[in-house]
Amino acid sequence: MAMDDVVTPRYAPGQHPALPAPASTVGVVGWLRANLFSTGPDTSLTLVPFGVAFLAAAWFGGVSIMGSIVIGILIAVGVRIVARVAFGNPVIDNTVLTIVGAIIIFLIADVLLNFTIFDAVWSASGRADCAKSPDGACWGFVTARFSQFMYGFYPDAERWRVDVTGIFAIALIVPILFGQGRIRAYAVGLFLLAFPIVGFILMYGGLGLEIVPTNKWGGMMLTLVIAMTGITASLPLGVLLALGRRSDMPAIRNLCIVFIEFWRGVPLITVLFMASVMFPLFLPEGVTFNQLLRALIGVALFSAAYMAEVVRGGLQAIPKGQYEAASAMGLSYWKSMRLIVLPQALTIVIPGIVNSFIALFKDTTLVLIIGLFDFLGTIQTGLNDNAWAAPNVPMTGYVFAALVYWAFCFGMSRYSVRLERKLNTGRQH
Amino acid sequence: MSGAVSVTTETPKVAWFRDPRIRSLVFQAVTLLIVLLVGWYLVDNTIDNMRRQNIASGLGFLNDRAGFDIIQSLVPYTSDSSFGQAFVVGLLNTLLVAIIGIFFATLVGFVVGVARLSSNWLIAKMAAAYVETFRNIPLLLQIFFWYHAVLKPLPGPRDSISLLGVVYLNNRGLYLPSPEPFGGFYIVLGLFAAGIAATLWLLRRERKRQEATGERKPVLWTGLGLIFGVPVLAYFVIMLAVGNPLNFDVPALTGFNFTGGVTIIPELFSLVIALSVYTAAFIAENVRSGIQAVSHGQTEAAYALGFRPNLTMRLIIIPQALRVIIPPMTSQYLNLTKNSSLAVAIAYPDLVAVFMGTTLNQTGQAVEVVAITMGVYLLLSLGTAGLMNWYNARVALVER
Repeated sequence: MAMDDVVTPRYAPGQHPALPAPASTVGVVGWLRANLFSTGPDTSLTLVPFGVAFLAAAWFGGVSIMGSIVIGILIAVGVRIVARVAFGNPVIDNTVLTIVGAIIIFLIADVLLNFTIFDAVWSASGRADCAKSPDGACWGFVTARFSQFMYGFYPDAERWRVDVTGIFAIALIVPILFGQGRIRAYAVGLFLLAFPIVGFILMYGGLGLEIVPTNKWGGMMLTLVIAMTGITASLPLGVLLALGRRSDMPAIRNLCIVFIEFWRGVPLITVLFMASVMFPLFLPEGVTFNQLLRALIGVALFSAAYMAEVVRGGLQAIPKGQYEAASAMGLSYWKSMRLIVLPQALTIVIPGIVNSFIALFKDTTLVLIIGLFDFLGTIQTGLNDNAWAAPNVPMTGYVFAALVYWAFCFGMSRYSVRLERKLNTGRQH
Repeated sequence: MSGAVSVTTETPKVAWFRDPRIRSLVFQAVTLLIVLLVGWYLVDNTIDNMRRQNIASGLGFLNDRAGFDIIQSLVPYTSDSSFGQAFVVGLLNTLLVAIIGIFFATLVGFVVGVARLSSNWLIAKMAAAYVETFRNIPLLLQIFFWYHAVLKPLPGPRDSISLLGVVYLNNRGLYLPSPEPFGGFYIVLGLFAAGIAATLWLLRRERKRQEATGERKPVLWTGLGLIFGVPVLAYFVIMLAVGNPLNFDVPALTGFNFTGGVTIIPELFSLVIALSVYTAAFIAENVRSGIQAVSHGQTEAAYALGFRPNLTMRLIIIPQALRVIIPPMTSQYLNLTKNSSLAVAIAYPDLVAVFMGTTLNQTGQAVEVVAITMGVYLLLSLGTAGLMNWYNARVALVER
């Protein structure tokens, strides 16, 4: 008691001099704990190298026990110094993670580089050439069939027409993506109104061009036709559906809800099956629908429903004041939507729209199940060809397809990120 | 109009065709009429076409003999079974692949999503690379890859890849040992279930006690003892007294193929890998955005209280993030279930392959088959959506 009485009142609050650090954090013990044994993984990073070095020296090296201990300590300290230099602070959980990560990356890179480059067969005329290096890719398969992957069974002599359409498309898409103001507006107009007609005539035929029936279309060309038709059809349809779903009119609203939820509730493959077996039943006798058109309608309706939900998100994000201000100005419903609400709503949801485009692009592969030969379909056909029946060919074909699809989708997603930054619609901290 | 001076309560006179209420009614009526007309036209054409092509109608076909075999079935099925039974087999196969896929996708998705936010640069970049790679490659391509390029070129049964002599992998599938419980094992299982129940009861009692007195005894060790300790003890007692209550039927090579154990056919195996890997990339993004939605102050507060990073994650961030994560994750589960219909491309006998594929081809009753198949998926989707709304309402109440 007496001690307490003496000690306590001597210091004003906060004036007590610092007590010595706990014994376990200073001196040799403290250093060891902080640097060698701070956490579980940390301890193992010290003990494992020590143990391995000790055992190696004592058992296999024939060194005496004491000598082995010294070697073990030296190795363990060496590992720790390297770890410290490489990773800074002794946050050893992190070090272990980094090492594990580096090993995984090394293993993956090893497999990938060997397959795609070092062990690859670069030119081949058949399965015999491919089989020479079964652990590598057989790029000869891809180069030999490349034109089929691009054009499907489109007649050789007419392929320039596809190329011209492609050049037109690029010439319009580049300004749409990167252009400004009026140039961009013209490009959008041309792309939506003129390009589909010109492209159709060029690729299908008519006006003096030889007709190429759509069952000859295939490869990347068909994939792009389906994707672009889907995109250009689903966006306006999706906007209409979204407006309908937000409408005050119960009949319209419920119709739109039923429509949207129906397509969103079923898998695309069932839609495509339905399109291929039921559309013919819907039409009067004698009228037929070609397979491509059926798939296009299915894809467009399906993606329109998803697009509608994206656009609805944008519409809901517009403050009510904007709608009210527009009607206070005396604008009609359509004018207020076109001039006030939609420009803002669509800007907000551009990333979502691009995501839908990416999903649509990936979904185009499903048409091969109903017998169309899109890019993946032509590759799949190529793999079934007996002339190329080598063990490494399937892997080659799929890796090539994956690279191409990945490049398209990743490009689109990067573009969306760039746009999001430019428009500053993303989350702000 | 001359009433501008005096009118205050009277509604202004507007021509009837400019009255928004009337216009809206007319517009709706016209739209409904058009929809009905188009619908009637399509139905009429369909009935006409079906009559002309002699397509039967009605659901009677469900009782007819199917006449085809199915390579994987969870319930007894032979080619003598009916189309209705084939439908059940397909539906169960769809649910099987969906449940296994959801399990692995959640596991991988959470790990990758948390890893994307790691302070370790390499780990974060690896997780980002995983997401960007698998999200941007079409699922169908991934399924083909695993099936045609990885599993099918594997060696045959005689040269199977073996793991410890109990698990075998070859081009006919993955062979796992199957548990074969005897009578006594059900006692162990019963004790296990009783242990879980007792632990839950203990937890509830302690929570109530904490609410009442502020004190709480830890339940962890008691719970572990009840759930695992008691059954394990019982297992050994039974083993000593009666004999081993649980044997494993290990697959063995007899002749040209393996017998015994469970076989996972390559179709199922590749479908599960592809679906899990693909969906995990999306779940990882949901997890990441959910965690980022929890304000950084929470992390700082936890650090200030002395929590370590992994404890902060587990006790502070994840519980709050779950509220944001779960709704989009459910829609990913739904996507996975719907995407499992791509099974038809590698002939895994799921609902679409068995019903919309084979059954439709054999019976030709497109309308009924398409309607039933789509109906099943619609029910699944709407059911999940309903559950989600219920969950949202519940967590919204918890929120202050």
